[in-house]
Amino acid sequence: MAHHHDHDHDDHAPIEEGKAPSEFDLLEQAIRELLIEKNVFSADDLRRQVDRTDSVSPADGAKVVAKAWSDPAFKAQLLSDPKTAIEALGYDVGPAPNLVVLENTAALHHVVVCTLCSCYPRVLLGPPPDWYKSKEYRGRVVIDPRGVLTEFGTQLDDAVEIKVVDSTADMRYLVLPPRPADTEGMSEEKLATLVTRDCMVGVTFPDSPSN
Amino acid sequence: MSNAFKVGQRVLVKDGDPPGHIRTPFFLRGKSGVVETIHGEFRNPEELAYGKEGLPKKPLYLVRFLQTEVWVDYRGAPGDTVSADIYEHWLDAE
Repeated sequence: MAHHHDHDHDDHAPIEEGKAPSEFDLLEQAIRELLIEKNVFSADDLRRQVDRTDSVSPADGAKVVAKAWSDPAFKAQLLSDPKTAIEALGYDVGPAPNLVVLENTAALHHVVVCTLCSCYPRVLLGPPPDWYKSKEYRGRVVIDPRGVLTEFGTQLDDAVEIKVVDSTADMRYLVLPPRPADTEGMSEEKLATLVTRDCMVGVTFPDSPSN
Repeated sequence: MSNAFKVGQRVLVKDGDPPGHIRTPFFLRGKSGVVETIHGEFRNPEELAYGKEGLPKKPLYLVRFLQTEVWVDYRGAPGDTVSADIYEHWLDAE
Protein backbone atom coordinates (compact mmCIF):
# COMPACT_ATOMS: atom_id res chain seq x y z
CA MET A 1 0.00 0.00 0.00
CA ALA A 2 1.33 3.41 -1.00
CA HIS A 3 -0.18 5.29 1.93
CA HIS A 4 -0.39 4.43 5.56
CA HIS A 5 -2.96 5.39 8.16
CA ASP A 6 -4.65 3.83 11.10
CA HIS A 7 -8.14 2.99 9.82
CA ASP A 8 -9.07 -0.12 7.88
CA HIS A 9 -9.80 -0.30 4.20
CA ASP A 10 -12.06 -3.26 3.58
CA ASP A 11 -11.13 -4.33 0.07
CA HIS A 12 -13.95 -6.87 -0.05
CA ALA A 13 -16.78 -4.45 0.56
CA PRO A 14 -16.07 -1.25 -1.32
CA ILE A 15 -18.37 1.67 -0.70
CA GLU A 16 -20.99 1.72 -3.43
CA GLU A 17 -20.99 4.82 -5.57
CA GLY A 18 -23.16 5.71 -8.52
CA LYS A 19 -24.37 2.13 -8.98
CA ALA A 20 -27.79 1.81 -10.58
CA PRO A 21 -30.20 -0.37 -8.56
CA SER A 22 -30.68 -3.87 -9.99
CA GLU A 23 -34.08 -5.29 -10.92
CA PHE A 24 -34.08 -7.18 -7.61
CA ASP A 25 -33.27 -4.00 -5.68
CA LEU A 26 -36.24 -2.26 -7.31
CA LEU A 27 -38.51 -5.25 -6.69
CA GLU A 28 -37.50 -5.36 -3.01
CA GLN A 29 -38.08 -1.62 -2.68
CA ALA A 30 -41.53 -1.81 -4.30
CA ILE A 31 -42.66 -4.72 -2.10
CA ARG A 32 -41.23 -3.14 1.05
CA GLU A 33 -42.98 0.17 0.38
CA LEU A 34 -46.27 -1.59 -0.31
CA LEU A 35 -46.08 -3.66 2.88
CA ILE A 36 -45.39 -0.54 4.93
CA GLU A 37 -48.14 1.43 3.15
CA LYS A 38 -50.62 -1.38 3.85
CA ASN A 39 -49.56 -1.48 7.52
CA VAL A 40 -48.37 -5.09 7.40
CA PHE A 41 -45.35 -3.79 9.32
CA SER A 42 -43.86 -0.38 9.95
CA ALA A 43 -40.55 1.02 8.73
CA ASP A 44 -39.40 0.91 12.35
CA ASP A 45 -40.34 -2.80 12.66
CA LEU A 46 -38.21 -3.49 9.60
CA ARG A 47 -35.26 -1.46 10.84
CA ARG A 48 -35.51 -3.17 14.23
CA GLN A 49 -35.46 -6.63 12.60
CA VAL A 50 -32.47 -5.81 10.37
CA ASP A 51 -30.66 -4.34 13.38
CA ARG A 52 -31.37 -7.48 15.43
CA THR A 53 -30.30 -9.85 12.63
CA ASP A 54 -27.07 -7.94 12.03
CA SER A 55 -26.23 -7.69 15.73
CA VAL A 56 -25.79 -11.47 16.08
CA SER A 57 -22.17 -12.54 15.71
CA PRO A 58 -20.10 -15.74 16.05
CA ALA A 59 -19.41 -14.62 19.64
CA ASP A 60 -22.98 -15.71 20.40
CA GLY A 61 -22.39 -19.19 19.00
CA ALA A 62 -19.06 -19.34 20.85
CA LYS A 63 -20.82 -18.71 24.20
CA VAL A 64 -23.21 -21.57 23.50
CA VAL A 65 -20.38 -23.94 22.55
CA ALA A 66 -18.32 -23.01 25.62
CA LYS A 67 -21.34 -23.67 27.84
CA ALA A 68 -21.87 -27.06 26.19
CA TRP A 69 -18.21 -27.93 26.88
CA SER A 70 -18.60 -26.93 30.52
CA ASP A 71 -22.06 -28.24 31.36
CA PRO A 72 -22.95 -31.83 30.32
CA ALA A 73 -26.68 -31.38 31.02
CA PHE A 74 -26.76 -28.28 28.81
CA LYS A 75 -24.84 -30.13 26.11
CA ALA A 76 -27.32 -33.01 26.16
CA GLN A 77 -30.23 -30.59 25.79
CA LEU A 78 -28.44 -28.58 23.09
CA LEU A 79 -28.10 -31.74 21.01
CA SER A 80 -31.63 -33.07 21.64
CA ASP A 81 -33.65 -29.83 21.84
CA PRO A 82 -31.51 -26.90 20.68
CA LYS A 83 -34.36 -24.38 20.59
CA THR A 84 -35.20 -24.81 24.28
CA ALA A 85 -31.52 -24.91 25.24
CA ILE A 86 -30.57 -21.64 23.55
CA GLU A 87 -33.80 -19.87 24.51
CA ALA A 88 -32.88 -20.58 28.12
CA LEU A 89 -29.70 -18.56 27.47
CA GLY A 90 -31.80 -15.62 26.30
CA TYR A 91 -31.58 -16.08 22.52
CA ASP A 92 -34.78 -15.29 20.70
CA VAL A 93 -35.20 -18.06 18.14
CA GLY A 94 -38.66 -16.94 17.05
CA PRO A 95 -40.55 -18.79 14.33
CA ALA A 96 -37.36 -18.84 12.23
CA PRO A 97 -35.96 -22.07 10.76
CA ASN A 98 -35.27 -24.89 13.18
CA LEU A 99 -31.78 -25.25 14.57
CA VAL A 100 -29.97 -28.60 14.62
CA VAL A 101 -26.67 -29.01 16.48
CA LEU A 102 -24.19 -31.58 15.12
CA GLU A 103 -21.47 -32.86 17.44
CA ASN A 104 -18.02 -33.30 15.93
CA THR A 105 -15.96 -36.04 17.55
CA ALA A 106 -12.67 -37.84 16.98
CA ALA A 107 -14.55 -40.32 14.73
CA LEU A 108 -17.07 -38.10 12.94
CA HIS A 109 -16.50 -34.64 11.47
CA HIS A 110 -19.47 -32.64 10.14
CA VAL A 111 -19.05 -29.78 7.70
CA VAL A 112 -22.04 -27.62 6.78
CA VAL A 113 -22.98 -26.12 3.42
CA CYS A 114 -26.02 -24.85 1.60
CA THR A 115 -25.54 -25.96 -2.01
CA LEU A 116 -28.74 -24.23 -3.15
CA CYS A 117 -28.20 -20.77 -1.65
CA SER A 118 -26.77 -19.55 1.66
CA CYS A 119 -28.84 -21.08 4.52
CA TYR A 120 -26.81 -20.58 7.69
CA PRO A 121 -27.47 -20.68 11.47
CA ARG A 122 -27.83 -16.90 11.62
CA VAL A 123 -29.60 -17.05 14.98
CA LEU A 124 -26.25 -17.95 16.61
CA LEU A 125 -23.62 -16.90 14.05
CA GLY A 126 -25.05 -13.80 12.36
CA PRO A 127 -24.66 -13.29 8.60
CA PRO A 128 -22.59 -15.90 6.73
CA PRO A 129 -19.08 -15.07 5.46
CA ASP A 130 -18.55 -14.45 1.74
CA TRP A 131 -16.77 -17.77 1.22
CA TYR A 132 -19.79 -19.68 2.56
CA LYS A 133 -21.95 -18.09 -0.14
CA SER A 134 -19.40 -18.58 -2.93
CA LYS A 135 -20.16 -21.02 -5.76
CA GLU A 136 -16.66 -22.37 -5.24
CA TYR A 137 -17.33 -23.55 -1.65
CA ARG A 138 -20.93 -24.61 -2.29
CA GLY A 139 -20.02 -26.60 -5.36
CA ARG A 140 -16.80 -28.19 -4.20
CA VAL A 141 -17.31 -29.09 -0.54
CA VAL A 142 -19.92 -31.74 -1.37
CA ILE A 143 -17.72 -33.36 -4.02
CA ASP A 144 -14.30 -33.08 -2.39
CA PRO A 145 -14.72 -32.21 1.32
CA ARG A 146 -11.25 -33.44 2.24
CA GLY A 147 -9.65 -31.31 -0.48
CA VAL A 148 -11.62 -28.22 0.57
CA LEU A 149 -10.82 -28.77 4.27
CA THR A 150 -7.14 -29.07 3.39
CA GLU A 151 -7.36 -25.66 1.72
CA PHE A 152 -8.73 -24.33 5.04
CA GLY A 153 -5.65 -25.84 6.71
CA THR A 154 -7.59 -28.76 8.18
CA GLN A 155 -6.15 -32.23 7.71
CA LEU A 156 -8.30 -35.18 8.72
CA ASP A 157 -7.19 -38.78 8.93
CA ASP A 158 -8.98 -41.17 6.54
CA ALA A 159 -10.25 -43.06 9.61
CA VAL A 160 -12.40 -40.03 10.50
CA GLU A 161 -15.75 -40.05 8.70
CA ILE A 162 -16.42 -36.74 7.01
CA LYS A 163 -20.08 -35.97 6.79
CA VAL A 164 -21.15 -33.02 4.67
CA VAL A 165 -24.55 -31.67 5.72
CA ASP A 166 -26.41 -29.73 3.04
CA SER A 167 -29.03 -27.43 4.57
CA THR A 168 -31.50 -27.61 1.71
CA ALA A 169 -34.75 -26.89 3.55
CA ASP A 170 -36.14 -25.75 6.91
CA MET A 171 -33.27 -26.77 9.20
CA ARG A 172 -30.15 -24.77 10.02
CA TYR A 173 -27.06 -26.65 11.16
CA LEU A 174 -24.52 -25.57 13.76
CA VAL A 175 -21.44 -27.66 14.49
CA LEU A 176 -20.51 -28.32 18.12
CA PRO A 177 -16.74 -28.74 17.78
CA PRO A 178 -14.69 -30.96 20.10
CA ARG A 179 -13.24 -29.29 23.19
CA PRO A 180 -9.51 -28.70 22.66
CA ALA A 181 -6.96 -30.53 24.79
CA ASP A 182 -5.29 -28.77 27.74
CA THR A 183 -8.36 -26.71 28.59
CA GLU A 184 -9.27 -28.39 31.88
CA GLY A 185 -10.36 -25.89 34.48
CA MET A 186 -10.79 -23.05 31.99
CA SER A 187 -13.78 -20.77 32.55
CA GLU A 188 -16.61 -20.58 30.02
CA GLU A 189 -15.56 -17.03 29.14
CA LYS A 190 -12.02 -18.18 28.42
CA LEU A 191 -13.19 -21.26 26.49
CA ALA A 192 -15.45 -19.08 24.32
CA THR A 193 -12.38 -17.21 23.04
CA LEU A 194 -11.15 -20.46 21.45
CA VAL A 195 -14.36 -20.98 19.48
CA THR A 196 -14.17 -19.41 16.03
CA ARG A 197 -16.92 -18.96 13.46
CA ASP A 198 -15.23 -21.41 11.09
CA CYS A 199 -15.11 -24.27 13.60
CA MET A 200 -18.89 -23.92 14.08
CA VAL A 201 -19.34 -24.45 10.32
CA GLY A 202 -16.96 -27.42 10.51
CA VAL A 203 -14.16 -26.26 8.21
CA THR A 204 -11.66 -26.23 11.06
CA PHE A 205 -11.12 -26.94 14.77
CA PRO A 206 -11.30 -24.54 17.73
CA ASP A 207 -8.11 -22.70 18.55
CA SER A 208 -5.68 -24.35 20.92
CA PRO A 209 -5.07 -22.53 24.22
CA SER A 210 -1.34 -22.41 23.39
CA ASN A 211 -1.95 -20.29 20.27
CA MET B 1 -50.28 -36.95 8.75
CA SER B 2 -48.06 -39.94 9.28
CA ASN B 3 -44.59 -40.42 7.88
CA ALA B 4 -44.19 -42.78 4.94
CA PHE B 5 -40.61 -43.63 5.93
CA LYS B 6 -38.88 -44.51 9.16
CA VAL B 7 -35.38 -43.91 10.48
CA GLY B 8 -32.92 -46.36 8.97
CA GLN B 9 -35.07 -47.10 5.94
CA ARG B 10 -33.49 -47.03 2.46
CA VAL B 11 -35.04 -44.47 0.14
CA LEU B 12 -34.56 -43.41 -3.45
CA VAL B 13 -34.65 -39.73 -4.37
CA LYS B 14 -36.91 -39.11 -7.36
CA ASP B 15 -35.19 -38.14 -10.55
CA GLY B 16 -36.36 -35.53 -13.00
CA ASP B 17 -36.28 -31.80 -13.50
CA PRO B 18 -39.71 -30.27 -12.95
CA PRO B 19 -39.90 -26.48 -13.27
CA GLY B 20 -40.20 -24.26 -10.21
CA HIS B 21 -38.57 -23.65 -6.84
CA ILE B 22 -37.23 -27.11 -5.94
CA ARG B 23 -35.22 -27.71 -2.75
CA THR B 24 -33.97 -31.17 -3.76
CA PRO B 25 -30.41 -30.66 -5.00
CA PHE B 26 -29.64 -31.98 -8.48
CA PHE B 27 -26.64 -33.97 -7.33
CA LEU B 28 -28.86 -36.20 -5.17
CA ARG B 29 -31.71 -36.79 -7.63
CA GLY B 30 -31.91 -40.46 -8.57
CA LYS B 31 -29.56 -41.45 -5.70
CA SER B 32 -30.37 -43.84 -2.91
CA GLY B 33 -29.76 -43.14 0.77
CA VAL B 34 -30.90 -43.89 4.30
CA VAL B 35 -33.34 -41.90 6.44
CA GLU B 36 -31.33 -40.47 9.30
CA THR B 37 -33.76 -38.09 11.03
CA ILE B 38 -37.46 -37.27 10.71
CA HIS B 39 -37.58 -33.50 11.17
CA GLY B 40 -41.36 -33.09 11.27
CA GLU B 41 -43.70 -31.38 8.84
CA PHE B 42 -43.18 -28.10 7.06
CA ARG B 43 -45.06 -25.98 4.57
CA ASN B 44 -44.14 -26.96 1.03
CA PRO B 45 -41.50 -24.52 -0.29
CA GLU B 46 -42.39 -25.38 -3.88
CA GLU B 47 -45.74 -23.67 -3.27
CA LEU B 48 -44.64 -21.03 -0.76
CA ALA B 49 -42.29 -19.67 -3.42
CA TYR B 50 -45.32 -18.74 -5.52
CA GLY B 51 -47.31 -17.04 -2.79
CA LYS B 52 -49.44 -20.10 -1.96
CA GLU B 53 -50.08 -21.51 1.52
CA GLY B 54 -47.89 -24.60 1.06
CA LEU B 55 -50.50 -26.79 2.74
CA PRO B 56 -50.87 -29.57 3.60
CA LYS B 57 -47.47 -29.59 5.26
CA LYS B 58 -44.93 -32.11 3.96
CA PRO B 59 -42.80 -34.41 6.12
CA LEU B 60 -39.11 -33.53 5.91
CA TYR B 61 -36.28 -36.03 6.35
CA LEU B 62 -32.53 -35.80 6.76
CA VAL B 63 -31.30 -38.44 4.30
CA ARG B 64 -27.73 -39.77 4.36
CA PHE B 65 -25.86 -40.89 1.24
CA LEU B 66 -22.52 -42.62 0.83
CA GLN B 67 -20.22 -40.27 -1.05
CA THR B 68 -18.93 -43.17 -3.16
CA GLU B 69 -22.51 -43.81 -4.32
CA VAL B 70 -23.09 -40.14 -5.16
CA TRP B 71 -19.86 -39.48 -7.09
CA VAL B 72 -18.29 -42.23 -9.22
CA ASP B 73 -14.81 -40.78 -8.76
CA TYR B 74 -15.07 -39.72 -5.09
CA ARG B 75 -11.56 -39.18 -3.75
CA GLY B 76 -12.11 -39.28 0.02
CA ALA B 77 -12.45 -42.18 2.47
CA PRO B 78 -14.98 -44.97 1.71
CA GLY B 79 -17.03 -44.18 4.84
CA ASP B 80 -17.56 -40.49 4.00
CA THR B 81 -21.16 -39.38 3.72
CA VAL B 82 -23.29 -36.45 2.61
CA SER B 83 -26.71 -35.68 4.08
CA ALA B 84 -29.46 -33.34 2.95
CA ASP B 85 -32.99 -32.40 3.97
CA ILE B 86 -35.48 -33.84 1.50
CA TYR B 87 -39.28 -33.62 1.48
CA GLU B 88 -41.31 -36.81 1.45
CA HIS B 89 -42.84 -36.23 -1.97
CA TRP B 90 -39.33 -36.40 -3.45
CA LEU B 91 -38.67 -39.85 -1.96
CA ASP B 92 -39.65 -43.41 -2.89
CA ALA B 93 -39.13 -46.58 -0.88
CA GLU B 94 -36.28 -48.63 -2.26
